[in-house]
Formats: sequence, C-alpha cells, structure tokens
Amino acid sequence: MAKHKISVTINGAVREAEVESRLLLVHLIREDFRMTGTHIGCDTSHCGACTVVLDGNPVKSCTVLAVQADGAKITTVEGLEQGGKLHPVQEGFTEKHGLQCGFCTPGMLMTTSALLERNKNPSEQEIREAIAGNLCRCTGYVNIVKAVQYAAEKMR
Amino acid sequence: MIPAAFDYHRPGTLDEALKLLTSHGDQAKVLSGGMSLLPMLKLRLASFAHLVDIGRVPGLDFIKEEGGSLRIGAMTRQSTLERSDLIRTKYPILADAVPLIADPLVRNRGTVGGNVANGDPGNDQPAIMIALGATFVAKGPKGERSVPANQFYKGLYETALARNEILTEVRIPVPPARSGGAYAKLKRKTGDFAVAAAAVQLTLDAKGAVERAGIALTNAGLTPLNAADAAKHLVGKMPDEKTIVEAAKMAAAKSTPSADVRGSVEYKKEMARVLTTRALRKAVQRAGGK
Repeated sequence: MAKHKISVTINGAVREAEVESRLLLVHLIREDFRMTGTHIGCDTSHCGACTVVLDGNPVKSCTVLAVQADGAKITTVEGLEQGGKLHPVQEGFTEKHGLQCGFCTPGMLMTTSALLERNKNPSEQEIREAIAGNLCRCTGYVNIVKAVQYAAEKMR
Repeated sequence: MIPAAFDYHRPGTLDEALKLLTSHGDQAKVLSGGMSLLPMLKLRLASFAHLVDIGRVPGLDFIKEEGGSLRIGAMTRQSTLERSDLIRTKYPILADAVPLIADPLVRNRGTVGGNVANGDPGNDQPAIMIALGATFVAKGPKGERSVPANQFYKGLYETALARNEILTEVRIPVPPARSGGAYAKLKRKTGDFAVAAAAVQLTLDAKGAVERAGIALTNAGLTPLNAADAAKHLVGKMPDEKTIVEAAKMAAAKSTPSADVRGSVEYKKEMARVLTTRALRKAVQRAGGK
C-alpha cells in the first residue's frame, strides 16, 4: 500500500506529511501534527467533537481521509486565537458560560466561527440549526446559543 | 476506528476514474463525499482494496436548468443544494428534504450523487428522484447511458450501476405550471435515518384534477418504494381529502419496513400512511389546488 505525500495549510502554516491512504484527518491533526485541541468523541460522525474548518466549511474530521485534504486550508481550534487575542466565539463561550466539561467545545467553536463567517446576524433558530451536528451533553445548548449571539454582536 | 488498508486513487478526469474502476473490478469503490462509505469502512462493514476519489474530477459539481431539465452534478454537495435559490424557489420537494438529511456538517461533505447511487433505502433522495420522475446519467467505458430513477434500485445497496460505471448527474424534468412537491419525514433526532418518509410530486390540470403524480417512500423496504398504484389512483381525480387519504393508504400498504430501534412494522407502516397524507396535502397546496 503506497503512502501519499500531502501538503496542507493548517492554521496558516504549510505542513507536509506522508500518510497511509486510510489515515483519518483527525489522526493527522492530533497525532502527526500534535494538535490535540481537535477532539475525538464518538468516532462515528455523529457528535461533532472533531469538527474542523476545511476550505471554509466545518466538517467532521473523523470522517474525512487525510489524503482527501491534500492541498486544503484547515483551521482547527488552535487557529482561532489571533495574536494572543481570543476569537469572539471563544470570548462568547467564556463570558456566557457556553461549556461545562469542555469536550464538545472545540467542535462547537469551529462550527459557530464558520457560521459567523457566512451569516453575520444569525437568528436563534439559525444558530440552533447550525450546531445540530455538534452534541453537547452538559449545557442544554442554552448558553452555547447565548455565546454565539454574544460573538455575533461583537463581530458586527 | 481505522478502516482496513486500501489504496487511494485521485483521478484527474472521469476517463481516468473509469479506467481505474475497470482495472480493479470488484475491489474498487467510488469515493464521493464519503459520508456513508467512510463510516462503513471504519466500522469494517465493508472493505475495498481501492478507493477511487472523484472529488476532484472537474465538471461534476453544478446545478442548472437546461433543455427542460434540472441538471445536478453528482459531486454537488448537499449544502450547495441547500443554499441554491433555484432549488428553494422551484423545487420545494428538495428544499423540504435537504435540511432533513443528516446534519449540517455532514451536508458540507455529502453529495447528491452519493446519496442516490449508494443504494441505501434510508437515504432520502432516491425516493425524491423517483417521485420527480428523474433520470440518472451514468458513464462507463462504453459511454454514457441514462437510467430512470424508478428502475435504478435493485436491492439493498444494489443498483443498476455496473462496477465500472460512475453516476455523473441527475436529470429532473422541469415541473410544468400547476406543479407542487413535498417531502415529509419523521425521524427521532438530527442525523438519524427516517422512521418513515414520503416524497410526492404532482401536476394539476387546468380544472384542478391531477394530471401527473409521483409518490415514493424512504425506508419502507429494501429499496426506495415507488408507490405507482397510489400515484395512478390520483390521476384524473380532483385531489380532495378523500382521494388523498385513499392514495396514502395504498402507498403505505405497499411498504415492507422491518422492525428495529425506530419502531415496529405496524408503527412504521402507519407512519408511512400519515406522512404520505401530509406530503400529498402539501404538494396539492403548492400546486395551487385546494
């Protein structure tokens, strides 16, 4: 089984890797690149803990092959903070208590930061629909929605 | 979970992809969005020695009306369909359905071609394409051919596609005036497959009677169910409540769901009836009928 040389731009930096065909993107990120902010939850494409932004779209990185991401731009939770300043969604989750255990949070942050790129002023319904693929077992989502609304306000 | 080892191929053209499929035969599988295939490989429910990724084959990602058809390229992502103004304004049956497929993150990867070509009776778009009277275009080593959606599904994960053919596009006849469609789906939660779901596409004549009807059900047996008898029952009649109720009963009677965590056979058949009724009412209303 041949290995593939791939190159991705992750959080602005070009990284190269030699990967097996079957390597999943989440393992490339966590194990090859040692960025462990992206979590593995269900590993069956339900929970969204592994969400990363791939060429502008939030996707479940447990269900993408690393080799499929060759040439792509990837943003992980490590890439949200810019110059020591938290991204507005990160600030929102802090201010509005958008987490308890924190396991789903990286995925939530990636999905909601991508939402705000596309929709500057999402309604509560639109926020809830956007995070439908990200499961949180602690908060009941109420404070997550508030956190995103906080971030949206901040970004306007 | 890690899939069993395989070789990954990324052809740059459709012809190259077809050559790979031909040379690897049963050992090769087309990878589109991967939202069904990759979980199956990870769970080791399937394994293939070769995956042929058509994700970067040019010319497979489009939504356009042309020559009396709505043409959707096989690599069109569900999220692209969801955001299409053309779909939102002219194809309500698809606009109903797409937001109910999986979840938004999965829809960012999942494709229309994958949804219809996979042959999973739990997928939503096969029934919709049958109701719409769509045709699937497949390309193989000998050229292109068209297969009507209602002749495409042969069994569980079995379709009319040969091993060395690729489904390249879906063609849907542009609905004439006084047409309406709807998709009604019952699911337990986001990301789940349907307990039952019904796709309906109708065209009324000038007097308001049904001129053409397509009705198909999701997860109602081993293949999407083409409820042709129920559709035929409607044709020539005014789509009043009595006729709708009769047609829905006929459609549900043909369904052969299996009992699982989503419910018993009786429950699923009853839900098929209820959802067909709802989809029919909505389709009639959208077609401008009463």
